[in-house]
Amino acid sequence: MKRRTILKTIAASVIAGGLLGTPAFAEGVIKLGASAPKTGPLAGGSTVTYWPAIQLWINDVNSRGGIDVGGNKMKVELVEYDDKSANEEAIKNIQRLGTVDKVDFIIPPYGTGINLATAPLINKLGYPHIAVTAVTDGLEEFVKRWPNSFWTLGTSKAFAESLVGLLTKMRDSGAINDKVAVVNVADAFGIELANAAKPAFKAAGFDIVYETSYPLQQQDFAPIVSAAQNAAPDSFIAFSYPADTFGMTKQATIAGLPVKAYYVGVATAFPAFAGANGPAAEGVLGAGGINADASAIKDFMARHQQVAGQAPDYWASAVQYASLEVLEQAITAAGSLDKAAVIDKIKTGSFKTIMGDWKFENNIITKFWTVGQWQDGVFRGVASTGLGGEVQPIVKKGWK
Amino acid sequence: MTQMRSQEWWTLAVAAIGLAVAAAIPLYDDGYYLSLSVNIAIYVVLCTAWTIFSGPTHYISLATAAFFGIGQYTVGLGIESYPFAVLVATAGVIAAALAIVVGMATLRLSGVYFVIFTLGLAELVRQVVTWLQTNFTNAVGLYVFTDFGEKHVLWMLLALAAVIYATGWLINRSRLGFAMRIIGNDETVARHVGINVAWSKVVLFAVSGAFIGIAGAILAPRYAYIEPPSAFNPVLSFQVVIMALLGGTSRLWGPLLGVIPFTILFDFISAHFPNHTSLLIGFAFVAIVYALPRGVIGLVDDLRRPQAGAEKARTSAEATQ
Amino acid sequence: MDILITGTVLGGTYALIALGLTLQYGVARIMNLANGENLVLACFCAFWLQAAAAINPIQALFLVVPAAFVLNWLIYAIVLTPLVRRATHRGQLEVDSILVTFGLMFILQGVMLLIFGGAYFSYNFLAEPVRILGQNYGLNRIVALGAAVAMFILLYGFLYRTRYGTALRAVAVDPAAAGLVAIDVPRMSAFAFALGGALTAAGGVLLSTYYTFNSAMGVIFTMKALIIVIMGGVGDVRGAVLAALLLALAETAVASLVDPGLTLAATYGLFILVLLFRPQGIFGRQAT
Repeated sequence: MKRRTILKTIAASVIAGGLLGTPAFAEGVIKLGASAPKTGPLAGGSTVTYWPAIQLWINDVNSRGGIDVGGNKMKVELVEYDDKSANEEAIKNIQRLGTVDKVDFIIPPYGTGINLATAPLINKLGYPHIAVTAVTDGLEEFVKRWPNSFWTLGTSKAFAESLVGLLTKMRDSGAINDKVAVVNVADAFGIELANAAKPAFKAAGFDIVYETSYPLQQQDFAPIVSAAQNAAPDSFIAFSYPADTFGMTKQATIAGLPVKAYYVGVATAFPAFAGANGPAAEGVLGAGGINADASAIKDFMARHQQVAGQAPDYWASAVQYASLEVLEQAITAAGSLDKAAVIDKIKTGSFKTIMGDWKFENNIITKFWTVGQWQDGVFRGVASTGLGGEVQPIVKKGWK
Repeated sequence: MTQMRSQEWWTLAVAAIGLAVAAAIPLYDDGYYLSLSVNIAIYVVLCTAWTIFSGPTHYISLATAAFFGIGQYTVGLGIESYPFAVLVATAGVIAAALAIVVGMATLRLSGVYFVIFTLGLAELVRQVVTWLQTNFTNAVGLYVFTDFGEKHVLWMLLALAAVIYATGWLINRSRLGFAMRIIGNDETVARHVGINVAWSKVVLFAVSGAFIGIAGAILAPRYAYIEPPSAFNPVLSFQVVIMALLGGTSRLWGPLLGVIPFTILFDFISAHFPNHTSLLIGFAFVAIVYALPRGVIGLVDDLRRPQAGAEKARTSAEATQ
Repeated sequence: MDILITGTVLGGTYALIALGLTLQYGVARIMNLANGENLVLACFCAFWLQAAAAINPIQALFLVVPAAFVLNWLIYAIVLTPLVRRATHRGQLEVDSILVTFGLMFILQGVMLLIFGGAYFSYNFLAEPVRILGQNYGLNRIVALGAAVAMFILLYGFLYRTRYGTALRAVAVDPAAAGLVAIDVPRMSAFAFALGGALTAAGGVLLSTYYTFNSAMGVIFTMKALIIVIMGGVGDVRGAVLAALLLALAETAVASLVDPGLTLAATYGLFILVLLFRPQGIFGRQAT
């Protein structure tokens, strides 16, 4: 009967722990909840872009004494959960944060799919939903459906059209010809980008000499790169995800792909991209970008390295931090932790963030970086939807 | 058909009470515990449907994600044009059709080949669906906006669970169930007695697949946004197998005993140790496998051994009549 | 033509992934779901040795492979032997080994997450292009292919030309009968499991020179390895290598000639075809 006793003890402690085991928080503290991947396929991105930026912000806020709420300074504490890159788990975590931990505010999850899957629930719970790492079309519809949601990183259409605009300028200045190869990962973001980019290329007078899509988690890119090479374009565009961004670039380096413009999608903005590719990264275009000369950004990057122990990415990290600055300033403006009041302040207010002055237009931030390029070890913004501070793009000269 | 024995009336009563209690949960909580209950209900449905096939045949099917995803996509594609109930039924039919095709191709082979093929089936279906969507409809994610709330999903799942148990029980009492018992004991004998072994397995696989597809369809409204990686998530197949094996597959209610403790344990660990979840789950798992060699059912059997012995004597006496 | 070469080079990679599991499943009868994690752990070790101690991956092989051998032996002796002892028949051992290695998979992943976090890692070694028949190929991939061939030759020699190896193959065919001819089955199984783990680790070190990896990637490798092992006929290294090659060629051909989005469809189509015409796998024995 020893097994039975063991089982009983385990069962009892599990039930006891599960039902009663919520940590006690001090009074006069703002409880924030965050559910995001710590494991699973999206963890590679969230570990760079999401968690450290939050860590830095909480550190910054608390070292200032906390957030000013109606005259009182209240410090911030974080409850974190791992959503294992799964929608189901994320929904459960948000439920827990809202109804068991009863947090004051929720920091929305990482990743487009998970933001969309949890949006109805966050809406039902009444929290402001300042989405960062969610780039997709149809934002206006989401805002109508979920008036508590705010979108900060842009739309797929804008990213694609901005890229086409950049390449058009390069072509018109004689740097590249009108032949492009367009490949994309067969997943939501990759497909949206390709579907927006291809008609835009055609309308701008480009000739798409090679196009294909490849499945998620593809690891071998030799066939794609050599087929593209055979079509001899001056520009190679890959709307890719982190793992394929790295893999495709490695293959292109080996093959010595002789293009003058080379674009890969998500994760080009990661510091690890430059680390992994060394001199081959020079001139690579990618999604995102930052204004590396802005003092606020330089300061952010230095502090991020210092406090979080790792460098931020050159795209969404800063926006993640800015979204939290918005939350802080909205709370202060509302003078309370009332969710509806804070949502209203976010909708109507003006905010000073490290990304510049922000004002939501119909819950959407309309000015964002779209294309960046690695120049001398820094991924600088070369195209945006009106931010200012873009640098001139350079032509890619080989892979050494 | 033989009359129901008193033991079976008792089981039926317990099951009815259990269902009623579960259905009443939304009246007491509409937040986290409701969500947790829905998650438990999902796995109870999936694991029991899985056991309908894998219990008697001892074939480990990893195709759960394929059928589930088919259910999700059927609703996702049709929600704008067809009523929900029709879509749910269609999902079951499509999943069953796939099961029949796969079953006929692979069930004549020995077990381990079946396992590997079903493992890749979800990936295969995912790739094909993605390819079809990319090249023919230019979008890959589907939005499913309905007015269903968590409690509706829970009730639908509980209804499905009741249907699954009823079906499993009916199969057990039917000629098919009798045939499966013989096949389980000795396949060669079964063939010699004239039982169409392959066809029996295919039918069970189709029934199991249909239920899993229906479950996927019911859950589509819960996620609002359906995309291939999450609809056809292979980890789901593994989790279903693990929980069912943990509970024990020799009885239809075995998986129930595996799902509830495992889900609660998993939830407890991920809520309290978000940064060490994998490690702790791994240790807990290994510990459980050592402590329960035949699953939780094995433990229950050991405790009921005196009664179980008499039970077995009665069953074998009946079978020889 | 370059499809053939690209496919062969890829086949080298796949063979590295699958050789270890062939031994573990074929001889020791352990369906090791943690196989992929073993591989990724080796990737991390190679990365760490390169970054912290400037030991290049070829040298790292001499450190990582014996360490993996010892680790896997310990895993078999401590974690798996009790299960082997209490299994009344092969089916139960398979079920138990699936469950336990599933737990092991989480443990290994948890350890890697704790030490390295979830980020992607990548480094360059021998990334120079090698020109073969007009196309460039990565030197590191060619080296991996060469290593796979070398490992296969050594393994083949060991299994088919030595007494110890023949004993191993006997255990793969029928453990009960092997016991009757005075083969120490538990010891052989432990040895096979450890050797399998060491092979997988060697594969991991070589793969890390050109793949991007993170703590969560083990599952992908495990799934690929399982397909190759089963297709090749469980327990036969010749079959595993041949299956790896066939698979790689099929995938490359489909990706180049048809559509990269249908590679898995091609893989499974091939798998089904092989099994329909040769149900025991390419080199397997007919089930009695």
